[in-house]
Amino acid sequence: MSDTPRVPGDIQPGDDVHPGKPVVVNRYNLGARINHWITAVSLVLLALSGLAMFHPSLFFLTALFGGGQMTRTLHPWIGVVLFLSFAGLFIRFWKANLWKSEDNTWLRRARDVLAGNEEKLPELGKYNAGQKFVFWGMSILIILLIGSGIVVWDQYFFPFTTIEQKRIAILVHAAMAVVAICVWIVHVYAAIWVRGTIGAMTRGKVSGGWAWRHHRKWLRELVARKPGAGKSAAP
Amino acid sequence: MFPPLPNPTVSPTAPKFGDQDLIRRSASTITPAAVRQVEVAKLIDVSKCIGCKACQSACIEWNDTQAQPIGENLGVYDNPADLTPDMFTLMRFTEWENPETQNLEWLIRKDGCMHCEDPGCLKACPAPGAIVQYSNGIVDFVHENCIGCGYCIKGCPFDIPRVSQTDHKAYKCTLCSDRVAVGLGPACQKACPTQAIVFGTKDEMKDWADFRIKDLKSRGFEHAGLYDPPGVGGTHVMYVLHHADKPEIYANLPKNPSISPLVDAWKGMSKIVGLGAIGFAAVAGVVHHLFAGANRVQPEDEEHAEELAGGDRT
Repeated sequence: MSDTPRVPGDIQPGDDVHPGKPVVVNRYNLGARINHWITAVSLVLLALSGLAMFHPSLFFLTALFGGGQMTRTLHPWIGVVLFLSFAGLFIRFWKANLWKSEDNTWLRRARDVLAGNEEKLPELGKYNAGQKFVFWGMSILIILLIGSGIVVWDQYFFPFTTIEQKRIAILVHAAMAVVAICVWIVHVYAAIWVRGTIGAMTRGKVSGGWAWRHHRKWLRELVARKPGAGKSAAP
Repeated sequence: MFPPLPNPTVSPTAPKFGDQDLIRRSASTITPAAVRQVEVAKLIDVSKCIGCKACQSACIEWNDTQAQPIGENLGVYDNPADLTPDMFTLMRFTEWENPETQNLEWLIRKDGCMHCEDPGCLKACPAPGAIVQYSNGIVDFVHENCIGCGYCIKGCPFDIPRVSQTDHKAYKCTLCSDRVAVGLGPACQKACPTQAIVFGTKDEMKDWADFRIKDLKSRGFEHAGLYDPPGVGGTHVMYVLHHADKPEIYANLPKNPSISPLVDAWKGMSKIVGLGAIGFAAVAGVVHHLFAGANRVQPEDEEHAEELAGGDRT
């Protein structure tokens, strides 16, 4: 419609559309994928080592890390890796996760979302409101987790807080970790349920049909950027 | 004078208690010992303490700890300045001006593990078997199971456990469980020259404390009393205090200690609700997939995309 040269906020470096049969869409460049998988591996390791110290029935998980002492030693360091790695994802993805008016419409039709009635949903940019919840939720949770985690990292930070503050911190840490694991389950489930999604984070590509079905606005933006575009953008 | 414990035989003796006598084991479900041994207790009579620190020396010697640099003076008699992983007991000196008599009173409290009947350290501990409670009331750390997380420090209402920066394990007074097991009293008790520390069954200690409290009251300490705080189910280390109505004047001995509600929430509710929430999220995913089925891209989606992307099929 408008011929403004500005790049829309939800187009990230490397996003591109390749016409053909079928259409192929580049969704994540190599850097984003490596960054994502470092974060993912860290998060899984943190969940396993954290759960081992959270509930006695899961203490056996310490065997994966070389025993209880090693689990206690490694957990906070993996947390540092996750924090830095997620900070990278945040810088890459925050702009595309800004709230848009169509997100409200999408949320109001949550029933259709769950039923998979995509035709009743508005056209969306790179992310839907659910993905934005995961993004902002994880951002807040990870800040709370690293903050409370440092308070209870006794090996280096014991003298800086009182025991009462450490009690509050460990309760916050446990509660936020539970929420983060639940958010992670939602994230993984959504990637499995919506077929064709996982390729975005493995090979970096999705099919044109996937982009049309789930992120049509983003697809239109990508097409509009192509030289010589603008002839066949009928809705 | 309290009759001193007789010297035991020097011939080899089987320990009087062991793993079969556990009533609690951290992060484990165990059947508590069916028959409970007679509860033991150490009674520390603050009014008889002369502050000689023989108990500290005996503790270092018996436990073979290398207590931290002697000679670091912080302007008070306390040495070291605080409990450490190598100093399981510490004389804490307080100069207190009694507002009623205007007298300066020198309050000397031997600090260390209280061996709570309801031990916060044990309840907070995530490592199976790192903290145990014997049926005679002794709470002991089993170092080969300790992971050094410091949760016991958060659980303890008395600020007692200390984690070593050398081997990353938590340490505290054992009530000389190894000595008690063969009929000896704790090393500190043995070394005390004034019988400010006595050891025996908990009932004997309460009786002895009654006698001491009556004596103190007859000397004008009308608030003399026994410190055996009910908030932690009573303790197996008790104090006779001349001002039992104000325990906090004795270097901040807590007035009504109990396991923090934060620790209760963390170790109780949060575990059940937490695992429940995670389980619910996982089950909800499976159920949703069973009912809604996979969300698949349709052939017409691909056709629309091809149409949109345009005809320049190179």
